Amino acid sequence: MTAATKPELAASVAALWHLVVRQIAAGSRLADLFGTAQPGGLVLTAQLAGQGTITSLEALLPSDQARYPALTPEVAPAFWYEREIHDLFGVVPEGHPRLEPLVLPASSTDLPMPGGGAGPAAIDPDPGVLPRHAAGPGLFTIPHGPVRSGVTESIEYLVETPGEDIPHLNMRIFYKHRGIEKRFEGLSPADGVLLAERTEGVASVAHAIAFSEAVERIAGLDVPWRALLIRVVQAELERLACHLDVIVRLADGAGLAVATARFGWHKERVLRLAGQLSGSRFGRGVVVPGGVSGPPLLEPADLLSAIGDLDRRITPDLDLLMGTASFLDRLRRTGPLAPARAAEHGALGPIGRASGAGVDIRQSRPYAAYGLLGMTASSRSDGDALARLEVRVDEIGGSVHLLRQAADELADAGSGPLRSDLRQADGRATGWAEAAHGEVLYDVRIDDGVITRCRVRPAAFHNLVLMHEVFAGDILTDFPFIEASFGLPVAGAAR
Amino acid sequence: MWVLRGLRNGVLTTRWPGRADEYASATRGPAMVKAGQAVAALPVTEAARLCPVDAISADKDGDVRVDQGKCILCGRCVAAWPDVFAWSAGPHRAALTRPGLVVPAAENPDTLRELTDQLRARTRALRRSVHLRHVDAGSDGSEEWEIMALLNPVYDIHRLGMFFTASPRHADILLVTGAGSRGMAEPLRETYDAMPDPKVVVAVGTDAVGGGIVSPSYALTGGVGNILPVDVWLPGSPPSPFAILSALLMAVDRIPAGTRSPGSTPGRDPR
Repeated sequence: MTAATKPELAASVAALWHLVVRQIAAGSRLADLFGTAQPGGLVLTAQLAGQGTITSLEALLPSDQARYPALTPEVAPAFWYEREIHDLFGVVPEGHPRLEPLVLPASSTDLPMPGGGAGPAAIDPDPGVLPRHAAGPGLFTIPHGPVRSGVTESIEYLVETPGEDIPHLNMRIFYKHRGIEKRFEGLSPADGVLLAERTEGVASVAHAIAFSEAVERIAGLDVPWRALLIRVVQAELERLACHLDVIVRLADGAGLAVATARFGWHKERVLRLAGQLSGSRFGRGVVVPGGVSGPPLLEPADLLSAIGDLDRRITPDLDLLMGTASFLDRLRRTGPLAPARAAEHGALGPIGRASGAGVDIRQSRPYAAYGLLGMTASSRSDGDALARLEVRVDEIGGSVHLLRQAADELADAGSGPLRSDLRQADGRATGWAEAAHGEVLYDVRIDDGVITRCRVRPAAFHNLVLMHEVFAGDILTDFPFIEASFGLPVAGAAR
Repeated sequence: MWVLRGLRNGVLTTRWPGRADEYASATRGPAMVKAGQAVAALPVTEAARLCPVDAISADKDGDVRVDQGKCILCGRCVAAWPDVFAWSAGPHRAALTRPGLVVPAAENPDTLRELTDQLRARTRALRRSVHLRHVDAGSDGSEEWEIMALLNPVYDIHRLGMFFTASPRHADILLVTGAGSRGMAEPLRETYDAMPDPKVVVAVGTDAVGGGIVSPSYALTGGVGNILPVDVWLPGSPPSPFAILSALLMAVDRIPAGTRSPGSTPGRDPR
């Protein structure tokens, strides 16, 4: 891996947007857009993902300026990003089509200002600053959440409906905003990885890998091969569990009681295997900056036989599920995301791949041991809930294949080192991983051995906004299928 | 087709709490202080500094304690001082007071008995039919998975007469996850107020119990106890389904507080 690279600095925000627009026209996608409070003002950073690379472009918005021309009118994927910057720093993107609070509806002017040292101790959200939703003749709004039926994460969907169709949907994710990025500041990299694991709990391993890769890139550290393999094993088990979770929710929504129970059981077995390997059902505490914390608690041979066991049980049930017509009928043409829209937004993970647009960064920007293991990314073009399920079914097979390869390699790797010493190094770098939900990006800055800014961009934040787009022709009873087929953790979106 | 498929594997459900469960016994619990170990040699301040969540402390007599309500199982203390610290066996145990999570126990047995009696008196009417409502107050998402797992055939919570309900008006027990995000404080209070008496609040997970490593933050209250009166404190990052199950049974006095975990000796017959 290359050493940490310095971002390119544009002369002004307008010049920065000019560069961004040019790169997007040349085929890059907007991967992240965020702010960092600095002594001279607010630094805006755009991350652009191109062919196998991530480029950072920056510009300074001087402290005496509180407004800048919005990027969203030209680059639509910036829609939520500019709203988030507005919430956290108070600057106004002029010309933004809908500048409502997103993660922090506050009436306070004392804002978190990530990157800018100790912020306020407490900010109470003020729902009074949120717009009230007017209803036209025959149109009403169904507020759905934040406390919903079933065991779900807190999010509010405002469904605007004349009765059955869903012409418009609004999402409020601020309820479980936790101020995670600010919390990273002042932590050592060793403590930071523990917080990264808890940023999006069901993608603990992916977050720990992305964070650690950033820290390792800053330190110019090579991670031992055996540690890279162990990272792949834990990450693929996590992917299996996440994809099985989506299947459980879809089967439950369709009222397939036996399928729900069986896939729930398969998911439990995957979590138990992750726990047998690491002591944690979510693979926590395994990935540390520099490598992994210890050897797997199972021998490679036992791991291989456990993977074979899982495969033998899951595959016939998947075959049966994908042949159950009453189930597939609920998903076909439900919640379609048009390929053109997915490409324009740069949709990540299974959502993007189901609309023929997404990349799998395990392949396009390989990390950990992926570059040397064989895999093919799955792809569909229909973009509906069924296509998203098909991509996940493919990836379950792909994960089993990767797990077998990694376990074989582990057996051959003997008892080499598991961890490189992490000497103190200052600097800034980006790390990434492909979680089950899509690309996770970490942009980490370390000064004097402590984190001074940690930008986290989980796939959920980038993708969730696409739920606005997929209700064409769908009715209220399709909602659970669309939500489940997106399968995005709110914890990651709201952070 | 599905029905035949379902019958093929026979009964998958755990026998706990009627009998001990092999998987639960093998689960790794939070860090603890090894019994009977001379800890004079332990550099307590160094240990406290190594712990990322300040779970390690020493009293004035030099006795080392671990607050399992804060422990997130990072394992640093166990790796650095294996003579002093060890993993406890079996899933996290719940307690009826926040100090009850500190090991070795610093809790006054009289207070515990009094609390147990109070809770027993309140929940007597619920014993064999209990309805649960869950509210996420800023979790990382993993606690929801472990609560949902109670519905899978391995744990099958329905066999214990426990059911999830959509309406707080039908709920007896409120399971709260997350470090108490400020955005959820009001919806959480409203949910609690909507529940009929008697009601029991279970704080599920280390974040809910004491704020966890995500606290302090401008957006968090640092634990559910800062928003609602908590009856049962269950740490874990996240707590396993067995831990949640035992906390629920403890809440309705079907297993004695503080003494049993799914890995150890069987409790009395739950049915």
